[in-house]
Amino acid sequence: MAETTNIPGTGHHGEGETRRDFLVLTASALGAVGAASVVWPFIDSMNPAADTLANSSTEVDLTPVAVGQSITVVWQGKPVFIRHRTEKEIKEAGDVNVAELRDPQTDAQRVKKTEWLIVIGICTHLGCIPLGQKPSDPRGEYDGWFCPCHGSQYDSSGRIRKGPAPLNLALPPYEFKTDTSIKIG
Amino acid sequence: MIRRFLLGAAFAVTAAVTLPVAAPVAHAQEAAAEPELLKGDWSFSGIFGTIDKASAQRGLQIYKEVCSNCHGLYEMSYRNIAALGYSEEQVKNFAAQYQVPDLNDDGAVVQRPAKPSDKFVRPFPNEKAARAANNGAYPPDLALIEKSREGGADYVYSLLQGYKTPPADVKLSDGQYYNIYFTAGGQKIGMPQPLTDGAVTFADGAPNDLKSEAHDIATFLAWAAEPEQDRRKEMGVKVMLFLIVLTGALYYAKRKIWANVH
Amino acid sequence: MTAHPSQGPVSQNKLVRWIDHRLPVFTMLKSELEEYPTPRNLNYFWNFGSLAGVVLVIMIASGIFLAMNYTPNADLAFSSVERIVRDVNYGWLLRYIHMNGASMFFIVVYIHIFRGLYYGSYKAPRELLWMLGVVILLLMMATAFMGYVLPWGQMSFWGATVITNLFSAIPKVGNYIVTLLWGGFAVDNPTLNRFFALHYLLPFVICAVVALHLVALHQHGSNNPLGIDKKGPQDWIPFHPYYTVKDAFGLSVFLLFYCFLIFFDPNFFGSPDNYIPANPLSTPASIEPEWYFLPFYAILRSLPDKLAGVLAMFGAIAVLFVLPWLDTSPVRSGKFRPKFRIFFWLLLIDAVILGVVGAHKPEGWWVLIGRLATAWYFFHFIIVLPILGKLERPLPLPTSIAQAVLKGGAATVAAGARMEKP
Repeated sequence: MAETTNIPGTGHHGEGETRRDFLVLTASALGAVGAASVVWPFIDSMNPAADTLANSSTEVDLTPVAVGQSITVVWQGKPVFIRHRTEKEIKEAGDVNVAELRDPQTDAQRVKKTEWLIVIGICTHLGCIPLGQKPSDPRGEYDGWFCPCHGSQYDSSGRIRKGPAPLNLALPPYEFKTDTSIKIG
Repeated sequence: MIRRFLLGAAFAVTAAVTLPVAAPVAHAQEAAAEPELLKGDWSFSGIFGTIDKASAQRGLQIYKEVCSNCHGLYEMSYRNIAALGYSEEQVKNFAAQYQVPDLNDDGAVVQRPAKPSDKFVRPFPNEKAARAANNGAYPPDLALIEKSREGGADYVYSLLQGYKTPPADVKLSDGQYYNIYFTAGGQKIGMPQPLTDGAVTFADGAPNDLKSEAHDIATFLAWAAEPEQDRRKEMGVKVMLFLIVLTGALYYAKRKIWANVH
Repeated sequence: MTAHPSQGPVSQNKLVRWIDHRLPVFTMLKSELEEYPTPRNLNYFWNFGSLAGVVLVIMIASGIFLAMNYTPNADLAFSSVERIVRDVNYGWLLRYIHMNGASMFFIVVYIHIFRGLYYGSYKAPRELLWMLGVVILLLMMATAFMGYVLPWGQMSFWGATVITNLFSAIPKVGNYIVTLLWGGFAVDNPTLNRFFALHYLLPFVICAVVALHLVALHQHGSNNPLGIDKKGPQDWIPFHPYYTVKDAFGLSVFLLFYCFLIFFDPNFFGSPDNYIPANPLSTPASIEPEWYFLPFYAILRSLPDKLAGVLAMFGAIAVLFVLPWLDTSPVRSGKFRPKFRIFFWLLLIDAVILGVVGAHKPEGWWVLIGRLATAWYFFHFIIVLPILGKLERPLPLPTSIAQAVLKGGAATVAAGARMEKP
């Protein structure tokens, strides 16, 4: 077989060349599948690891929180305000004219049990942590929270009433495990 | 042609010989004085082996009741035991038996029940305390014990059954015990025999003679050292099958393409 | 570049031509990877260069993703690696790819080197190609050494201690250099941190030297098993599709071997001691480097004087650098050098023996064997090769590659013919 030309067969595809093309196609397809399945573990390794995911939910026992008291817990690295609201605060939250609110939401839409308000304690303006958790803190004109950075004021349902913040304090996902304990996240 | 093949084969064989020679030979230095390890019949050995979860659960119980008094399991978190078949509730309850330090709102250190996300509580706060409580000997952490000792599961299995009456010419000082498999310390080990027949009772009535106990704890520790092993081997089988097919396809493609050159 | 000028435009695709007109990537790919003339008679030992390139890419990719989760601090490093293996998604896979990839890299490169030794690939005009290769080997060794320290196990720590201590053998400035390397008075956190920085850096330096290595290769093209130059177009075939498919097949076989290790015996090449966290107060029973350093370790320990041992160890690489000038034979390939072949095999066996010696404590018979094997290694390069080249009578060379391959090697020239010098 004195083959002197080296350029792979172009032009007419005989029986042998069709089989070669098929083999090359099969091998290339397999190789591509292999390469793609190798890429996924690398990308997935960047997703939250098991230890990060283990900290993705926080359980809180509410029994020590007296009426009128607020506590702050950490969930996924963020502060969460849990307030055991007084009758006055609950009434004030319900009496508001929702149509006048910058971010209209009724109080009922924001709580599961009316005496417990649970919101993420990050001002929706530029991210500071509003004051109002401690009895000595200023709470603004609406009996809620006051953000010292630029003066945003939230009411007793955590809704924005005054100042530059555009939205109400965000609501974390949570559920009541018992009447006195919740799981956030 | 034949000569070329022989050359290539000899080349590759020599290369292939270099590798297995170096590794086991490197550890052969200790082999001379060592009695041969007892071989357990491990569910997880071989390409298709998997961890016997029931055995590993019993091993966890042995760890909890016996070993955890002195040995830590630091690289493991309580949530990891879910892989042995425990439910979320069971994992939470298991963790809650232990107390871990935390800060209260005043910044003082208080103890709280452990959560699944916490690491296994260590029996001693640091190595110095561990040595002080154990005659100067440090009870090694068990999470990696089977990866860090020649023989792995067989070593742990043998060691636990290796306590014998010392021969007349062997002198043991206070706090030393004679174990024929503990070659790292000239067969004098600082750990008193931890397991005996019936040391632990299993709720399901599984055998609790020394051999079975040793088998269970060695299985648990094999899992603790490499929790990913079942998944790794399963993936490995798929990968090898894929590669065999790919190699076959490429081989035929190569032969076809080269047909007009040879 | 020795490629034939391509006929016609580089592609029918307008976008490709637009880019190529401004940055001739596609022309380059076509001439260097597609049309590039390659001898038609390369055997499978020529696969190992491209394999080494693939392993380099695998190591860099797996290394970068490991680095996303690794903490280079003495108190946290060991646990961060355990976290990768236990908690990071596919972390165990990344770690075992990287760990076994290092061993695969050395297997592939050692075979690649011995191929060069046998077929005379280091001879003119490929001296610089060879020397760049030795530079790559040195960089690989430095990278691997520092990489092994990072998990901060017992072997990591004590291996680092032993090897950095070697530099104290240098007269006058030795101790100063060691303190400089350590960043302290022993291997500790500062050492670990800088080793991490350098371990991340060096692979990219290796990439640059590999690029030079490939440029040098393409200048005159590959050597071949017959060691004779190409005479005409019947001696060569285009790289694509012949060697692309052959390299792909070789890669697939390599991956079978590599993946078996990763998935079924990932700790085969490792030392169990490295799963014990580093303890500066407790020396392991036997300190040994990874298997690919064992022959050099043996050479190091073969001489009783510390400085002599260090010089011998580095000397073992230094002789490789000057090999093109040590081997005086005008014939390239061992195929036509029957006496040389014997010494080649002796060298290979010697290298294996040195590896075995390195794995044992320097006691008893091993000391003598180690010394003899070390002496033989230098004897081979410094005495045997220069003399053999002058005295040996090589077998007659074929007239051309095509002749040898196609006519079954029958066509030869009269005895005494020599390879053409460039």
